[in-house]
Amino acid sequence: MKILLYATPDIIARPLIAETVLETGALLNVDRADIKPSGGEIVIDVPQNRYNEVTAALIKRGANIIPLEHPVIKDDEECINCGACISVCPTGVISFDDEWCVVMDVSKCVQCGMCMTMCPHGALKVVKE
Amino acid sequence: MTEKTIEDINTRIADGSVHVVTAEEMPDIVSQLGPEQAAKEVDIVTTGTFGAMCSSGVWMNFGHSDPPIKMQRLWLNDVEAYTGVAAVDAYIGAAQLSSSRGMDYGGAHVIEDLVSGKSIDIHAISQGTDCYPRKLLDTTLTIEDLNQAIMMNPRNAYQKYASASNSSNRLLHTYMGTLLPNCGNITYSGSGVLSPLSNDPEYRTIGFGTRIFLCGTQGYVTGEGTQHDPNDQFGTLMVQGDLKKMDKKYIRAATFNGYGTSLYVGIGIPIPILNSDLAKATAVTDANITTSILDYSVPQRDKPVLRNVTYEELKSGMIDINGHEILTSPLSSFHDARSIATELKEWVKQGKFYPTLPVERISSTRVCKPMKQIKEQLMVVDVMATRITTIRQGLCIEDAAKIIMESSFSHLPVVSEEDKLVGIITAWDIAKAVAENKYNKLDDVMTKDVIKAEATEPIDIAACRLDQHNISAMPVIDKHSKVVGIITSDDFSKLVARRRDK
Repeated sequence: MKILLYATPDIIARPLIAETVLETGALLNVDRADIKPSGGEIVIDVPQNRYNEVTAALIKRGANIIPLEHPVIKDDEECINCGACISVCPTGVISFDDEWCVVMDVSKCVQCGMCMTMCPHGALKVVKE
Repeated sequence: MTEKTIEDINTRIADGSVHVVTAEEMPDIVSQLGPEQAAKEVDIVTTGTFGAMCSSGVWMNFGHSDPPIKMQRLWLNDVEAYTGVAAVDAYIGAAQLSSSRGMDYGGAHVIEDLVSGKSIDIHAISQGTDCYPRKLLDTTLTIEDLNQAIMMNPRNAYQKYASASNSSNRLLHTYMGTLLPNCGNITYSGSGVLSPLSNDPEYRTIGFGTRIFLCGTQGYVTGEGTQHDPNDQFGTLMVQGDLKKMDKKYIRAATFNGYGTSLYVGIGIPIPILNSDLAKATAVTDANITTSILDYSVPQRDKPVLRNVTYEELKSGMIDINGHEILTSPLSSFHDARSIATELKEWVKQGKFYPTLPVERISSTRVCKPMKQIKEQLMVVDVMATRITTIRQGLCIEDAAKIIMESSFSHLPVVSEEDKLVGIITAWDIAKAVAENKYNKLDDVMTKDVIKAEATEPIDIAACRLDQHNISAMPVIDKHSKVVGIITSDDFSKLVARRRDK
């Protein structure tokens, strides 16, 4: 499962993720990282069975963790099932079902926001809280 | 030979015996029965499309205020409407942007808000006349308060549309959506097998006066659309319908990021199957409709074709370009195009919709010309400075500093033995190298990925590139990559000043 990690400027320079890997032995995959002077925003893929240990280790180091249960939300009132979003998604979250309806596998979402930029109808929203 | 009349078909609608299918169902029927038998059995084929149609808008009549005003300029929710007609008539176009909210809200959104029954803020100004003394008007109204709200779209229902990709290394925002760098994605538009004009490419039944499904109500084709280009299978239609009766489901505002607003319009056209020729025409499939994938990184009218494709390939979700599998995205909704064709089919079956034949046929041979331009397009070669100083690759930054001091040029193109452009070094790069104590070879300090112009490209495109990269000068190369000049933002400023003076 994916988590969104927020790190404040005072801890972002520390090897938070490397330390967590060493401590827990869990293999973490960084899906996306956006590090700025104001802090860092990192999406990490955590093995489901190691979730509690990993998040505890990161929180202990001062990181703020949000589980990405609903990383992107589709407003079905606004969505017209055009599928414009499909080809800009780098992780293959979006596809058509047999009826040409847009369906999403949000477990793959890394919150890059490209689908939101592409959607002509403002139907997609990346949720960061 | 089967020959039916429109009256025969309408009699069957009235007595409930009419046989209607959608354009998606027709290919199988024709392949099983053959066109002759299919024409006997099928009375009507319904088509549908639901996509972005920028050339759309609404004529409104507001009724007269007291004291009356001749609206000279008018805004609806801050979106300006065209008022160059009688006092309280105006046309709001889908692609007009809000003066306060920019691309997030435009004429398309005003139209959608009107259809949804929302209140719209009206602001109008006038210089005042003896007959229309009022100079300022502010009010709020809904669609109910308008005498007429007539959708009148100059160009809708493109027969098919060119598909888009982007070979540059820059993200592009276009009316074909966001195009990822390095041909990272492909976008396309049109409903293929369900496309109205692809099912009647000879304009046998679709013409002036044809009754259609328009955004959930009955509308009419009023003639050929603007930029109608039937010769190249890019025919278009002009359509009209009563906005007050339309359904929000089939009329939706859109914003294409970095481009502007557009209106998704739902159109369905019934094709009466009068004979075997029409049966054959409506048996068209996605595999029979071809279009081109154009490279939108070339900002000119004639864009290079990356390859030709069929709608079947585009709809498969993946296209091969030069050995790379690339994801495709439609911009129009096939799901809703199908809903439209199906809904229209139900209307006919239930006797709520009677198809018509055109009162006049639309040209199936007209050619669409490019714009006549009387001023010759200036090319980079016409405005660039040809007195240039370059520096040979392999020298060190002291050499560059000396040349800059001697020549007073702050941008030095770096060239190879063969005079080919390999980099650029600026006074700033040198200052930076010195500050960082890096007295290295030019190669380590210069910018290798040079933003450059070609001598033969139009100056407007070169000017855009300077803006995009926020730089002040670019070396100009010929077709052999040889440096032939330099073009600076000063050159453009002078040019603009000269144009103004004329």
